Amino acid sequence: MDIRLPDAAPTIEERAAVDAVIGSPVSAWDGGARGSARDAHTATGGASVRGRRHELVPALQALQARVGWISEGGLGYVCERLNVPPADAWGVATFYALLATTPRPRRVLHVCTDIACAARGAHDIERALEQSVGSALSGALEGDAILMRESDCAWMHSPCLGMCDMAPAAFLAVAGESPSEMLLGALTSEDAVRICRPERSAQDDSATPPIPQLGDPSLVLLERVGVVDPTSLDAYRVAGGFTALAKARSMGAEWVISELVASKLMGRGGAAFPTGRKWEAVRTQVATPHYLVCNADESEPGTFKDRLLMTHDPFAIVESMTIAAFAAGCSVAYLYVRAEYALAYARIEHAVRECRKAGLLGDDFDIQLRRGAGAYICGEETALFESIEGKRGEPRSKPPFPVEVGLFGKPTVVNNVETLANVIPILLNGGAAFARTGTEQSTGTRLFCLSGAVDRPGVYEVPFGTSLRSLLDLAGVRDFSALLLGGAAGTFIRPDEVDLVLSLEGARAVNATLGSGVIMAFDRSVDLHDIVRRIAGFFRDESCGQCVPCRVGTVRQEEALHRLAHGKSIGGVANELALLEEVGVAMRDASICGLGQTAYAVVESAIKRLRLYEVTS
Amino acid sequence: MFLWGSNAREAHPIWFHHLLKGIRHHGTRLYVMDPRRTASAQWADVWLGLRVGSDIALSNAMAREIIHAGLAHNAFIANSTSGFDAYRISVEPYTLAFTEPLTGIPADVIRDAAHAFATADRAMICWTLGITEHHNAVDNVLALINLCLLTGHVGRWGSGCNPLRGQNNVQGGGDMGAIPNKLAGFQDIELDPAARARFDAAWHTTIPPTSGKNLTQMLQAMTAGEMTSLFVIGENPAQSDADVNHVEAALRGLDHLVVQEIFLTKTAELAHVVLPSTASWCESEGTVTNSERRVQRVRKAMDAPNGARDELWILSEIARRMGHDWPTPSAEDVWNEVRTLAPDFVGGMSYARLQEHDGLQWPCPDEAHPGTPFLHERLWQTPVGGMPAPFSLVAYEPPSEERTPEFPFLLTTGRRLESYNTGVQSGGYDSPLHVGETLDISPEDATRLGIAGGDEVRVTSRRGSLVVTARIDPALRENLVFMTMHFPDEVNTNVLTLDVSDPKSGTAEFKACAVRVAHVGTPVPERA
Repeated sequence: MDIRLPDAAPTIEERAAVDAVIGSPVSAWDGGARGSARDAHTATGGASVRGRRHELVPALQALQARVGWISEGGLGYVCERLNVPPADAWGVATFYALLATTPRPRRVLHVCTDIACAARGAHDIERALEQSVGSALSGALEGDAILMRESDCAWMHSPCLGMCDMAPAAFLAVAGESPSEMLLGALTSEDAVRICRPERSAQDDSATPPIPQLGDPSLVLLERVGVVDPTSLDAYRVAGGFTALAKARSMGAEWVISELVASKLMGRGGAAFPTGRKWEAVRTQVATPHYLVCNADESEPGTFKDRLLMTHDPFAIVESMTIAAFAAGCSVAYLYVRAEYALAYARIEHAVRECRKAGLLGDDFDIQLRRGAGAYICGEETALFESIEGKRGEPRSKPPFPVEVGLFGKPTVVNNVETLANVIPILLNGGAAFARTGTEQSTGTRLFCLSGAVDRPGVYEVPFGTSLRSLLDLAGVRDFSALLLGGAAGTFIRPDEVDLVLSLEGARAVNATLGSGVIMAFDRSVDLHDIVRRIAGFFRDESCGQCVPCRVGTVRQEEALHRLAHGKSIGGVANELALLEEVGVAMRDASICGLGQTAYAVVESAIKRLRLYEVTS
Repeated sequence: MFLWGSNAREAHPIWFHHLLKGIRHHGTRLYVMDPRRTASAQWADVWLGLRVGSDIALSNAMAREIIHAGLAHNAFIANSTSGFDAYRISVEPYTLAFTEPLTGIPADVIRDAAHAFATADRAMICWTLGITEHHNAVDNVLALINLCLLTGHVGRWGSGCNPLRGQNNVQGGGDMGAIPNKLAGFQDIELDPAARARFDAAWHTTIPPTSGKNLTQMLQAMTAGEMTSLFVIGENPAQSDADVNHVEAALRGLDHLVVQEIFLTKTAELAHVVLPSTASWCESEGTVTNSERRVQRVRKAMDAPNGARDELWILSEIARRMGHDWPTPSAEDVWNEVRTLAPDFVGGMSYARLQEHDGLQWPCPDEAHPGTPFLHERLWQTPVGGMPAPFSLVAYEPPSEERTPEFPFLLTTGRRLESYNTGVQSGGYDSPLHVGETLDISPEDATRLGIAGGDEVRVTSRRGSLVVTARIDPALRENLVFMTMHFPDEVNTNVLTLDVSDPKSGTAEFKACAVRVAHVGTPVPERA
């Protein structure tokens, strides 16, 4: 492609950081030095370079990790190397929250101010940081950032970090020659200030999460979590690892799919599509190659189960992905992990490396790892494809569906982590046995993420069909004013609705959704209006901006909620509620993807189920 | 797609847009042969940056490699071509080792390009002035035709040799007989008495059975005083031709110069009589024919400015003033006459059918004929339909001017995206891309000569000298510099170029002339 590059040159550090990820230039025509006789008379490019577009985000992430932001020179170098127009790459860089296109200090503390953390003291941390470190970083910094010292630091607000079991939480990102990233939990104001400055070292707290059901013999998905060393392939094998894969190989792909169909396993990502049918649909596609994508971009506020599985049972994910690829005829798989799950990513990376060494990966099937860059929307499967392909994470119109036209335009199986975790027990015990757990329509067990006003927060595994009341008893939820079920895209539940049955059909019966398994409890100290506004702000911030109903609707929705909160409603409360309904229905009916379609769900349930905005004069 | 001697990305942007659809969405592989790594070359899978004028060496080497690798299409050669054995022997000296220093292209790259061309399901060579603006233009074209014959990439959908036309109706001009030795439909004046007789009968006159002169020959005749009057229609030779100082002198020496134009060009300024005419694309009726031989209707969209006259009216009126009682025909009348005089060619293309089909591709001999999407299908009949296609023996010759110690740079000329030819039609419009004329020079040469971008430099050839702003361009290698002819009023590039031309085509060698470049100080406020 003929592109115009910016005049700014990359620094030596930036060049080295990019080269370390995408390799060194091969000629003067892709960023190398001029002068060779060969370069004067020939160059290669075209399809071979265009095919490298998917390396764009990793290259930008390398710049971010090395110098803390993406400079014009650094961006230009990536563009030259991958032959991407700078305007196009700029569009990508500015899409993702964790990629900065204005100077930032190398040390940035991202403080979660989302609903679970807000309910557990995040605001105290904000105030302490404001007093000691300064205002939260938002736009561009003053002055020349190149001269910024390594010790400079800043803090920012963050959406939910998936650390609700250890709220309040933060994510620390330190750029440099040896960059580091970690999730911090149970954070005090004092520690937040000291870690930010930095006067104190820190360690990743997702290594030691609460595991409330540890030792319970009925656990299936969590069987090895907290029990088997997640860094040892041998330990995983001793615990029975890779026997399901061996069985799959000996019985054949059709048998695997027939067991999955018999198990009636439904996808746990939210759409509840039968997994066996999805695999079969890809298996029979003529177009090649087939891709497998594991969606580990767990970003639904209040959700942290996939983090637990990846951090504490990573080999099981490798094994179940290998089985899925075998069944659906996929030669390459991508595992896309949300950016803030640093330790989970490291554990998975280690597991993949160990499996390659052991010959379990690499020959006819391999797993490519990708990290998100801070975008909730990339949890939407087609947005995730776009992101892997090196583009802005904007969802595609469907149909065509991923089983026909998915990643790189090829047939693709996309499953989330929890769905895949079910595959191993299904193959070991048989699909029919699996289907005996749970209800007629919702088979097996389900992971629920309990947080908020809970005595024993954490991930719980219970069979489908369990009542909400018994799960709340298990976790120690006593007095609450409302529950949020299913996440930001879910619904509020009143205290008098605890007899709800936790199954797909049980939730549907009361016009609710289990979503990603979020159960967040709010006690009476929490102003639910704030929670609703925070969720509305989340959707406004995370809307990708591609389609008008969502881009405009999420803003209008948040504005109306602010007016209601400040007693400045236009034309009375009833009028504002009618406006919210109208905007919400437009978003639900006309948005391209699930984000816009569900952006009104929580607000609607606050209005209709909690009757939060009724005038009580 | 082998894009040979063409920077279509800039010079044929609309056509290139169609090519990009193939490249981006349908797996088309692109090879670009050009001394510069142009915008087009940046889209290529492989760029072959050959030395200026080494096209025949490259094509002959590719041919030899194809033959030796057993990739020639032997069945096609045997059935449909002639002269292969002599051709095989003629390319034998062009080994990869022999050709690498001639072209500058590494041997492995030549070999890979040869194999890619020969083994492609379908391959096409498209060329433009990088092939034809040389003293051996016709030989260059024949060398490319040889490659297509050798591999059978001709006479089938998606293959063949195609010159990309520089204007919407360059093809049409030739089709209609605006060539010294042809009548409409490429009927030869000297070799086809029957055709001549048809025209004689229709026009009630006798057409001389001898070829006319091409532009280069006309200029020679003017200089020699043998040609004293000239009627120029829509051409600006005072600025567009090579060695323009010489051209201007020839035009000034004429007894009578008439220029029919839509702008008062430099050539028109020299004329004794200027005939303002309608702009043919919007102020008059007719047809144009594009690169793919598609004849398309042009319709009048607006009235011409006061005083401008329709071309047909002007020609008829001149005839009347000369004593011939011509009527003034409509454009459709003229077209229908062409259809009767060249029936095998466009006989089936009535205005109604052209409208119905959004244009038709010739040949289209009768009204039931759908037009011809590609030519030479007869070569795939067994036995071949008509004459077999001949291989031509062509040998590498260096450009007429080569670098010398006195003139150590080779200047090659071309086009830029935002400008069009001598700027008559593009210079009057604002564009952020308009930066005026520059001498494009490699970073290496600029450093060696102490030239920074924006500096004024003097460029001198054996024929002339000018001052121009330097622009450093990494697309160029050492000893190669580039200019255009878009801004002749400010920088008249063609005072440098030489008028050595191909005796077979009459085209001048714009693509190679030896120059020297010197810094004239930074910066000079006024141009010399």
